Amino acid sequence: MAQRGIREYDGKRILAEHWNKYFAPEFEYDFKSVLVTPQTDLDKLPEEYPWLKTLPLVAKPDMLFGKRGKLGLILFKKEKPCDVDYETAKEWIKKKMEEDVEIKGKKGKLTHFLIEPCVPHAQEDEYYVAMTLGQDGDHIFMSAFGGIDVEENWDKVREVVIPVLATDEEAEKLIEENVPEEIKDKERYADFVKRLYKFFKDMHFAYLEINPLVMVGNKIYPLDFVGRLDDTAQFLVGRKWGEIEFPAGFGGELTPEEKYIKEMDEKSGASLKLTILNPEGRIWTLVAGGGASVVYADTVADLGYVNELANYGEYSGNPSRAETREYVKTVLDLMTRKKDPQGRPKILIIGGAIANFTDVAKTFDGIIDAFKEYADKMKEVGVKIYVRRGGPNYEIGLARIKKAAEELGLPIEVYGPETHITAIVKKALTENP
Amino acid sequence: MGRPDYVLFDRNTKAIFWNLNRNAIQRMLDYDYTVGRTPSIVAIVAPTQNRKFEKFFFGTQEIMIPIYKSTVEAAEKHPEADVLVNFASFRTAYNVTIEALNVPTIRTVAITAEGIPERLARDMAHKAKQLGKWIIGPATVGGISAGAFRIGNAGGTIENIVKSKLHRPGSCGLVTRSGGLFNELSNIIARNADGIVEGIAIGGDRFPGSDFLDHLIRFQKNPQVKYMVVLGEVGGELEYKVAEAIKSGLITKPVIAWCIGTIAKHFGGEVQFGHAGAKAGADRETADAKNRALKEAGAIVPDSFNDFPEVIGEVYEDLKAKGEIGEIEEPEVPPIPEDYAKAVKAGKVRRPTNFICTISDDRGEEATYCGIPISEVVEKDYSIADVIGLLWFKKKFPAWASKFIDMVIKVVADHGPAVSGAHNAKVTARAGKDLMSCLATGILTIGPRFGGAIDGAAKYFKMAKERGMDPYEFVDYMKNVEKIPIPGIGHRIKSTKNPDKRVELLKNFAKENFPSTELLDYALEVEKVTTAKKENLILNVDGTIGVLLVDMFRNLGYTDEEIDELINAGAFNAFFVLGRSIGFIGHILDEKRLAMPLYRHPWDDILYDVRRPEEA
Repeated sequence: MAQRGIREYDGKRILAEHWNKYFAPEFEYDFKSVLVTPQTDLDKLPEEYPWLKTLPLVAKPDMLFGKRGKLGLILFKKEKPCDVDYETAKEWIKKKMEEDVEIKGKKGKLTHFLIEPCVPHAQEDEYYVAMTLGQDGDHIFMSAFGGIDVEENWDKVREVVIPVLATDEEAEKLIEENVPEEIKDKERYADFVKRLYKFFKDMHFAYLEINPLVMVGNKIYPLDFVGRLDDTAQFLVGRKWGEIEFPAGFGGELTPEEKYIKEMDEKSGASLKLTILNPEGRIWTLVAGGGASVVYADTVADLGYVNELANYGEYSGNPSRAETREYVKTVLDLMTRKKDPQGRPKILIIGGAIANFTDVAKTFDGIIDAFKEYADKMKEVGVKIYVRRGGPNYEIGLARIKKAAEELGLPIEVYGPETHITAIVKKALTENP
Repeated sequence: MGRPDYVLFDRNTKAIFWNLNRNAIQRMLDYDYTVGRTPSIVAIVAPTQNRKFEKFFFGTQEIMIPIYKSTVEAAEKHPEADVLVNFASFRTAYNVTIEALNVPTIRTVAITAEGIPERLARDMAHKAKQLGKWIIGPATVGGISAGAFRIGNAGGTIENIVKSKLHRPGSCGLVTRSGGLFNELSNIIARNADGIVEGIAIGGDRFPGSDFLDHLIRFQKNPQVKYMVVLGEVGGELEYKVAEAIKSGLITKPVIAWCIGTIAKHFGGEVQFGHAGAKAGADRETADAKNRALKEAGAIVPDSFNDFPEVIGEVYEDLKAKGEIGEIEEPEVPPIPEDYAKAVKAGKVRRPTNFICTISDDRGEEATYCGIPISEVVEKDYSIADVIGLLWFKKKFPAWASKFIDMVIKVVADHGPAVSGAHNAKVTARAGKDLMSCLATGILTIGPRFGGAIDGAAKYFKMAKERGMDPYEFVDYMKNVEKIPIPGIGHRIKSTKNPDKRVELLKNFAKENFPSTELLDYALEVEKVTTAKKENLILNVDGTIGVLLVDMFRNLGYTDEEIDELINAGAFNAFFVLGRSIGFIGHILDEKRLAMPLYRHPWDDILYDVRRPEEA
């Protein structure tokens, strides 16, 4: 992974934690945000944040999806704007946590909410600013017309590209020159955007959007904050991010098996990925290599079996025998939980291109280890195995896996680099339609 | 360099390799050997290495490649190298690349690291372009200029390289994103056509240092390249640049192109298929849209990846029919000697060993003492004596034997500062020497006159008893035949009336706990004879230990001959050496603590009797 979304809460928290370095004393930001999770004790929360009892509040889900206003998921008024007290917010959150909701076609429950003071402000103080990492440079978007209708007013948004190797002075000049005319206090807005851009760069954001950005005098109210961080910069600025979480998008929570593989991947020098597409599917893949895994998935779909494709994933970068074993066991476990309702055999595609340096024999030993543990279950649901692989020690690996499967009584067909990479998919699906 | 700007690597290309990655370096050299060129790597950069060079194989011969602390230093010494193969980790790869780009003699940097922050990767790419230099990667296996130069592990094993015809130029220019599929496509092109001229895997990151089109433009200019194969991926817009270049006539040679990731459309962009850069942010970035655009622009686009071989074969045959591609004479390939370790693993070779070890093994998960893991030794509360049993005698001692050994070590540990070994250790310590030297001095003093009585007593008492000498005969034998005092008999102050308490303890312990004490009993008979002559001719502590060790080993089932072997090997003396080392170390630490100055022996304690030599 590289670019990963963060919660609005974390975005604002990072902004606040570094405010003094980038924005003070010229700008002020009174950071008051509380993240509510299923573990939060809502009754005790005001003890830690007394302002919850004294200020009018806003509450909204904080789970990476946008358009919350239009979805009716921002609580900011009972009768008139900014009259929500803590009791009301608390009850609203409790109620919303119970409800099933559907967002962009995904069903699920709301689990994380943000509570903040309600900031009364005039429409004309709502600005827009966004920044993104592009091929040719950083793109900065500025507008005097922020708020939920910014997309309708996109023609009023000014875009400026800061070339990749531009100096700070050049960047500042470009920002200054491009501040939209409609902004009241152009100088101050430009000053803020310049500082925000430095923050954006230093913190390795890939995307940052504040909309609306309310600016009253030198007081800044980032009413909404959307951010994506480049997680590969963890080793450079992870400490500056503080305790950060990269949540899955709404409804995209990982299954325990996906989570297990992800945790293993994070600890390993090798690459281990698993996405379950359809746990009821009949076609399971164990493919080595990021490119090859896509080719196998493409081929299954091309042949018209996309609905039966159970998983997508890959192992690569010379994983150890033990890592491979754990990876394969996870897939085999999922695969052997249920029989195919129509009684057809299940298909296990062990595929891969011709490896550059991954030791095929070693990784296959890991696969064989897993076979030994799951042979009975595999026979029970009727698994047929199709193997195609090349690379260092592939002859040894292919011979061993064939022998092991046959000894365990598992039907297997084995092919080397002389067979086209995806030929086994066609073969498997023709033989087991 | 005398090479056209569209050629990044030829048979004379020299490279600096960053990071002492032995496998990858050896693979590059094996490739060089296979294609019949001189070694391509002239220097290695490894800032944390202290050695000045590393040995590698070139065929059956070994060559030395110098190691430098920095790229700048390596480049100064090797200005002929214009490629840096950057195998640094994702943490350092950026700095290494920037350093290399600033070196005037380096023109191309290939970066394998995956996980370089995108902002930094983008900076590198732009900086290289600004300087008119090339970056391949990051997050790539690299590439190959067939028959000329291989980057790192690209192409896989030498067998695969030859099978995929990567050891001599064909007529295709290949660019892929994925490294694994780079190999696969090289293979497909070799099987269905005549192989590649050059192949580059640009890497899976969002901002590759050079992209498809950068390389296609080089291929367009390279007369050896007759057609090109491009393998793109879902996500990003790089493939559109290729489509536009075909449309605009910048690229006129046939281009066979395909973007993988057509599956993504079935999952609404929710699933990340493939590399970091491979997620379609918009409809334009889907594989289908890009395949369509490439086809519309005039590229040859198969219906699926499955049809790649066929389409490549058709293009090749067509160009051959037109006479643009000729026959290739396959070069002779010298065999690469198999690596010894690999051949051993495969059971293909054997070699007699030079050493044997039967007491410990450090090859497994955990080192073992005589088959017992060290953790078990600790957990099961083995004593020092038990460890001695395992490592010296390969035995798990019964409790009585362990206890006895423990007593022996305690008893011999020290005998004050005046004895010669301790004295020497102290004098050496006062000369300012280190602990090892002082201890060695003390230990080197141990011999027939100091500390050697254990061996001697064991040897002579055992011999006498075996020969059936009665105690009187034995005493006479020692006096008349061996002409030495009996080892283990006699003490400076202790006597029958004033017995040595240590001896009493050892004797009592043995009487109570040893299954039998035959040699001790014999020695005590001898003692009766000697003490009758003189009161202080008692069986002393060395003698007691010596005879009891014989009794101990006999009770443990050793034969007389085996016990003789132990004595001759110095095993009995070893108990004294080990025990007394404790005392020596104590004296040495004492001297260090006291910080006493250099010792000089007083003149008045030496009788000087020095005369001029007599004339010869």
